[in-house]
Formats: sequence, C-alpha cells, structure tokens
Amino acid sequence: MHPAFSIIFFTSAAGAGYGLLALLGLLAPFGLLPSSPLFGLAALALALGLVVAGLLSSLAHLGRPERAWRALSQWRSSWLSREGVAAVATFLPAGVFAIAWIVLTAGSGGGGSGVAGVAGWITAAMAAVTVYCTAMIYASLKPIRQWANPWVPRTYLALSLMTGALLLNALLGVAGQAAGWSSLLALASVGLAWVAKEGHWRHCATARPVSTAETATGLGHIGRVRLLDAPHSEDNYLLKEMGFRVGRRHAVRLRLITRLAAFALPAALSFGALVAGPGALSGTLALLAVAAAALGVIAERWLFFAEAKHTVTLFYGAGEV
Amino acid sequence: MTSLPNREPNAPRLGLVIDLDTCVGCHACAVACKQWNDGGHMAPLTDTDAYGSGPDGVWFNRIHSFEAGTGESGCGSRTTNFPRSCLHCEQPACVTVCPTGASYKRAEDGIVLVNEDLCIGCKLCSWACPYGAREFDQDVGVMKKCTLCIDRIHNETLAETERVPACVMVCPTSARHFGDLADPTSAVSKLVAERGGYDLMPELGFEPTNKYLPPRPRPTLALDERVTRDSANDDLPLHGLLKWADRILAR
Repeated sequence: MHPAFSIIFFTSAAGAGYGLLALLGLLAPFGLLPSSPLFGLAALALALGLVVAGLLSSLAHLGRPERAWRALSQWRSSWLSREGVAAVATFLPAGVFAIAWIVLTAGSGGGGSGVAGVAGWITAAMAAVTVYCTAMIYASLKPIRQWANPWVPRTYLALSLMTGALLLNALLGVAGQAAGWSSLLALASVGLAWVAKEGHWRHCATARPVSTAETATGLGHIGRVRLLDAPHSEDNYLLKEMGFRVGRRHAVRLRLITRLAAFALPAALSFGALVAGPGALSGTLALLAVAAAALGVIAERWLFFAEAKHTVTLFYGAGEV
Repeated sequence: MTSLPNREPNAPRLGLVIDLDTCVGCHACAVACKQWNDGGHMAPLTDTDAYGSGPDGVWFNRIHSFEAGTGESGCGSRTTNFPRSCLHCEQPACVTVCPTGASYKRAEDGIVLVNEDLCIGCKLCSWACPYGAREFDQDVGVMKKCTLCIDRIHNETLAETERVPACVMVCPTSARHFGDLADPTSAVSKLVAERGGYDLMPELGFEPTNKYLPPRPRPTLALDERVTRDSANDDLPLHGLLKWADRILAR
C-alpha cells in the first residue's frame, strides 16, 4: 500500500497525543502530576496540539477536504466514521478535564477535585477508544492480510501508550519534576510496544496467504496462473495506491531502524533517566528518548503501509498475498 | 446510508456473466465503457497526460491476459483474456467502510454506486475492494466506479435491445452477458448453471454478483514426435560413408 505521509503523520502524531492525554487524565486525579497551572497548560497543549495536528494532517489525504464533516455520519457501519466521532467526542471530556485540572485543582493545591477525576478518566477511556477505532480502519480490511489481524489494534494501542509515556517522562524532566515512576512507566510501555510489534511482524511472516492468482482468476483448475499481459502499459491508480513496492526493498534496514529508534534507544535512555535520578541529565535523556521514538515510530508506520500487500496485485502479477 | 439495504429475497440481482472461453481480449468493452460513462452518471472519467509519457486515467474495465498451466506435458497451457470490472457484490465492504454515505447498494436491483456529491475522496473504499473495481479521479477528488450503466439499462428513451451496459452491447464475440442473477430462469442464470460459472476470490466472502464462465476444456495435444524424438540415441538408417563416419565418431 502507498505510504502517504499525511496518514503516517496523522496516525503517529495523534497516537502520541492521545497516549499523553490518556495518561494525564488517568494520573492527574491521583495527584501524581505537578499541580502548577503552567505544567498542566503545557502538557495539555502538547497532547491536544499533537491530536489536532494529526487530525488536520488526515484531512490533507482527502480529495475533497471541505466535505470532511460528512465523515461523522456513518458510525453504524464504518470504522473511519467511528474514529471521527470518537475523536470529536473526546474533546468534550478533555475540555472539562483541562478546566477542572488547571483552574480548579491547581488553585486548591493539588490532589485533584472530583470533577477533574471523573472527566480525566472519561478522557482517558475516550482517547483509548479513538486509537482503537483508528487501528480498526486498517484491521477491518480483508483484502490486506498484514492488516486484517488482531495484532494491528494491539500495536496501535501499545505504541500510542508508549509515545505518550515517553512524552510525559520528558515533560516531567523538563519541568524539573522527574520521577522514578514515570521513567519506569516509559520503560515498561516501550517493552510492551516492542513485544506487540514483534508479534505483528511474526504474524505477517507466518500466516498463510489468503488469496492467490489462481483464486483471483478462477483458472487454478488448469494449472499455475501467471500474468501474460497487463491491461495498460503505465501505472494506474490501482498500481500507484495498492501496488506500492519501493519500501519493501529497504524493509530489512527499516525494521532495524524501527527496532533501534523506536524501542532499544528509548528503553536505554529511559533506563538512564531512571538511574540518573531527578536533574538536568535525566530530563535530557528523556527528551532524547522522545526524539528517537519519533523517528522510530515514523519508520514503523512507513513499513506498516509499504509492506502491506493488497489482493488487487494478484491481477497484476503477484502469485499470492 | 452505507449500512447494507434489506434486500427482498426475490429482488433482482443485476449483473454480468463474462465468458472467458470466447473473450478475445480486444478491449472493445473498456473503450465502449469509457466512451459511454465519460458522458454518463459518473462523468467525467478524467485522463491525465493522455498523450504524454505517463498517461493515467479512470477506467471501469481493465482487460488482463493470463496463462494458466505450464504445458510441460504437451501444449496444455491456456492463454485466457480476463476482463475485470465491478462485481456488484452482495456483501460489498466498499459500501460499509464508507464514512459519508456516498457509497451505497441499491435495494431494488443490487447495483453498487457512488454519490459523487457526498464523497470526500478518502479512498478507503478502494482499499476495501479486493477486486480493484474502484478508481480515484484525481482531478475531481472523488471515487469513481462501474454503474452497470444504470443510465442505459433503465433508460426508456433507448430502444429496448439497447438497454444493456455499453460493454455488453459492444462485445464482438458476445463474451459478456447482462441479466438478473437472482432469477434462476433468466438466460444468464441458465448460462451460469450450464457452464459452471464461478465467483472470483470466493474465500473472502464478498459474494460477488458477476460470474465468470471458465474456458471450455480442450484436448491436450501431444507434442509432435518428429520434434521430441532424441535422434542421438536412435538407430538411424545409415549407409556407406555416413555409416562409417557414425561408427568412427561413436568410438
């Protein structure tokens, strides 16, 4: 599948934003986060900024972006529509949580008011639902074997949590409030995401192909089927969109980059931050972990698209997908 | 509404039956389709760089050629011309994934259509279709697809014999047939029953309406003995000088 940058940016940025938003909503009511209004403002601005930037980027993928609001109508059948509804709906509890946490709680000196608690937890749940809907857009497409499996929602949710936890750890470090638990949380979430991604890759490598050139043409009773003549000499929409091949040539190297930048480096840097204890060093390490993860997750998302093979390629010379 | 309609058990399932035995791969169906639909319901079917080095454009019919079988034990491989277009599935995922309601299946005849005024051009329907039936119009920014020539088949201003899709009308070998596949007594249903018409990629469960008729069995011709015989090991009828040379060389 063609890896459109607008969608790669949308899924990774919005994923990180929702991950951070969920953690803020989940943890703030416990009084685990700094109670200064500045921290709350900066953290929520980063989380919601990433979400909004991601959603705007997804509009760039549309042929008619001015009609995007219509996408909220078909939530009964369409995961894309459900994702849009969930994304819009999340802003409501997130707004209540923002006001309750920054204005009310900060003034009362931390701990968390009841309103911030309830709104925060609803926000966290809605953020998770939105990321799940994003993953299901892909996981519901039967013609693409690499996508239509339960490892896709698992990977999306785990990577969202991971990038959110790394961002939170860096925010606390920059605020001079680095805490052991946040480095541990980052470390654990990196481990979880790594396991999920390796699981997805193993599934893609070992699962049986769903269709072949023989079932696509129905000529299998005669023998092996191969394409003799394509319908057109130049690439058409189908081949540009569904027959993308460039990324696969570099798949091994890109997987190495993903393993290093998305998982190994952030894990090592988070561990370093944990050992270093509160201070400028742990803050710097946590920031570096975010930078590495950003590169790694973009490489992972590129591969997610480039390595996905669509059944339409069976009509253009592929033997099985 | 992109939820699938409740279809009456007796409602027609209009579709095509494509005979792979008689198709000669002339692309006339693709051209006639392009000509009719460029002014029809889905118009325009935009072409870009049509006379340049990278021509591209929207077509609802694509004609592939496949070779099936290796023919190792004789001239057994079959070259088959293979027209590909929308199959108007009973379980069309292209409809249910649509977030806007632009993509829909008609309850009255089962035809799958796109309302271009609602389409946001997210391309998800083209990802959901395993058969590559949908093509995106870059110029207009919306998805386009085969309409089964809805503006011909129900068009009372046309003579009754012409109320068939353009691809069926034009086919010089009558390899394409149009009719109601829900009615077991229709000509197309009988054809499917007689010739063993089948679905493409039935394992995916989209229940396509269009059926393909397999190439008729053909006797496998044995390879000509005069070509296949390994003459080096044969007792050749040699005389005189040639017999002497053969004996010397065989030492």
